[in-house]
Amino acid sequence: MGYYLGEGLRSIKNHAMMSFSAVCMIVGCLLIMGTFTLLAVNLEHMLGRLEAENEFLAYIDETYTTDQAKALESQVLAVENVSSAEFVTREQALEQYRQDRQDNELLSELPASALRDRFRIRVHEIGQMEDTVARVRAIDGVVNISAQVEVAQGFVLVRNIAGGVALVLVAVLLLVSIFIISNTVRLATFYRKEEIAIMKMCGATNAFVRWPFVVEGAVLGLNGSLLAFFLQWGIYQFVCSAVIQSNGLSLLTVIPYADMARQLLLTFLGTGFVIGVGGSLLAIRKFLQV
Amino acid sequence: MVRLIDVEMKYGNGTEALKGVNLRIDDGEFVFLVGASGSGKSTILKLITAEIAPTKGRLMVNGYNLNNIRPRQVPHMRRTLGVVFQDFRLIEKKTVKENLAFVMRAVGASKRETRRRLDYMLGLVELTDKGDCYPYQLSGGEQQRVAIARALMNNPSMIVADEPTGNLDPDRSKEIMTLLSRINDMGTTVLVVTHEKKLVDSMNKRVVAIRDGVIISDEMGGYYNEKD
Ligand SMILES: Nc1ncnc2c1ncn2[C@@H]1O[C@H](COP(=O)(O)OP(=O)(O)OP(=O)(O)O)[C@@H](O)[C@H]1O
Ligand SMILES: [Mg+2]
Repeated sequence: MGYYLGEGLRSIKNHAMMSFSAVCMIVGCLLIMGTFTLLAVNLEHMLGRLEAENEFLAYIDETYTTDQAKALESQVLAVENVSSAEFVTREQALEQYRQDRQDNELLSELPASALRDRFRIRVHEIGQMEDTVARVRAIDGVVNISAQVEVAQGFVLVRNIAGGVALVLVAVLLLVSIFIISNTVRLATFYRKEEIAIMKMCGATNAFVRWPFVVEGAVLGLNGSLLAFFLQWGIYQFVCSAVIQSNGLSLLTVIPYADMARQLLLTFLGTGFVIGVGGSLLAIRKFLQV
Repeated sequence: MVRLIDVEMKYGNGTEALKGVNLRIDDGEFVFLVGASGSGKSTILKLITAEIAPTKGRLMVNGYNLNNIRPRQVPHMRRTLGVVFQDFRLIEKKTVKENLAFVMRAVGASKRETRRRLDYMLGLVELTDKGDCYPYQLSGGEQQRVAIARALMNNPSMIVADEPTGNLDPDRSKEIMTLLSRINDMGTTVLVVTHEKKLVDSMNKRVVAIRDGVIISDEMGGYYNEKD
C-alpha cells in the first residue's frame, strides 16, 4: 500500500503543472455543479415553505344560506388535488378580519352580511394549483376565488428549470471531469509507457500496474473536491448575503450553508473520488494490453 | 522448457514472420538463436513471452500452454521467464536497487526477502558498489548486467535475451555472454538471440539458425555458416 501511494504521489509531482490544471478543472466543474445544485435545493426549500401555505379562498354566492353554502363542501373536496376544505362562515370571517385589523375603527361597524361565506382550500401539489382553482371556480355557487396562482406558478417554473439545468449540468460536467482526469492520467501513463511495458514483461499483474495511477487519480479528485467545497462555501455566503439584503418580499429565504455542509462535503468528496478513479481507469485501460 | 510445434506467425499487415517452426528447448539448455535481420528471431521470443499469439501451431512455455492461457495467468507465466533486451530497458528514474526491487514487489515478495535477493544478485553481476547509481551513470555493459540481474530477481527457470550484446563493444559482449553461461551453469535455461559470429563460435553451445521464418539448422558445437 505504501508503495502504491508513493508511486502515485511521485507521478503527481512529476507532472506538477498537469496535475495542477487537472485539479483546477475539477474544482471548476464541481463549483458549477454545486452552485446549480444549491440553487435547486434552495428553490425547492422555498417552494416547500410556500406549499405549507398552499391555500386559496373560494367565496360562495351571498344569496346562499349558510347551510346551502356548507353543503358545497363535498363538491369542493371531490375536486382533484384538493387536500382539505375548511368552511368559514361570514361571521367567522368578519371576526378574523377584525382581529387582524384591531386598530381600524371603521371595520368594527362592518356588518357580517358585507362579507361572503367561504372555503379555505388546501391543495396537495402547488404545481397544479391553477387547474384546481379553475375546477373549484366551476362549481355552482362559487362566485369568486382569491389565490396567488402566479407566484406559485413562477416558483414552480423556476424550480423546474433550475432542477433540470442542474441535472443536465451535473451529468455533462461529470463526463467532462472524468475526461480531464483521464487525459491527465493518460499523459502520465504515456510518460511511463516504457515503465509499464517493463513491469508487465517482468510478470507484474494489471492490478499492480494500475494501483499507482488509481491512487494518483483519487488524490487529484479528492484534493479538487476539498478545494471546491471551501470555495463553494465562500461563494454561497457571498450570494446569500446579497439575496437577503435585496430581499424586499420575505418570500426569499436561504438555507444556511452549515446545514448542508456535511452532505455537500460528502457529495463533493464522493464525486471527486469517482471522477478521479474513473478517469484513471479509463486512461490506463489500453496501456495494460501488453 | 519451450516447445514450438508447427508454429506460424502472420502479423496484422500480412507479413509472414514464421512459416512452420518446430523448436524444443529443454530445461538447463543454453541455446543461441541466429539468423539474418528480419528472419523472425524476435518474433519467436515475443511468442515465448506471450507478447503476441501464434496464428497457427502449438506453443508451450515452462508448463504453460500458451494456446489457451487465460489472461490472468500470463503474469504468472512471465515470472518463470527473465527477459533481457538489446536496449537494457531500465527505468530511468529509479536507481539500480529500485530497478531490481520493484520486480520482486510486483510479485508480492516481502521487504526482507527482496533485500536479501538484491544483495545476492548485485554480487553475482559484480555491481555491489553501484546499487545507488541511476542507469545513466552506468556504462552500457554495466546497464546490461543490471538488466540481467533484474531478469534473474524472481529466480526464473529460463532467461530469454534478444541481442543482449547488440549495443556493446566486443570485450563487454564477451563479459555478458560469459555471465549468461555462468547463470546457465547454475541451472537456468538460456535462450540468446545474437549476431556475434565469433562469440557464438567460441562458446561451443547449441545453435539454432533461422532464415525467412524457417529453421534451417540446429546443431551442437556452435558454428555459424550463414552469410548475412
Ligand atoms: N509488429 C509487427 N508488425 C508487422 N510485421 C512485423 C512486426 N514485427 C516484425 N515484423 C516483421 O516480421 C519479420 C520478422 O521480424 P523479427 O523482428 O522477428 O526479425 P528479427 O529476426 O528479430 O530481425 P532483427 O535481427 O533485425 O531483429 C520481419 O519481416 C518484420 O518486418
Ligand atoms: Mg530482432
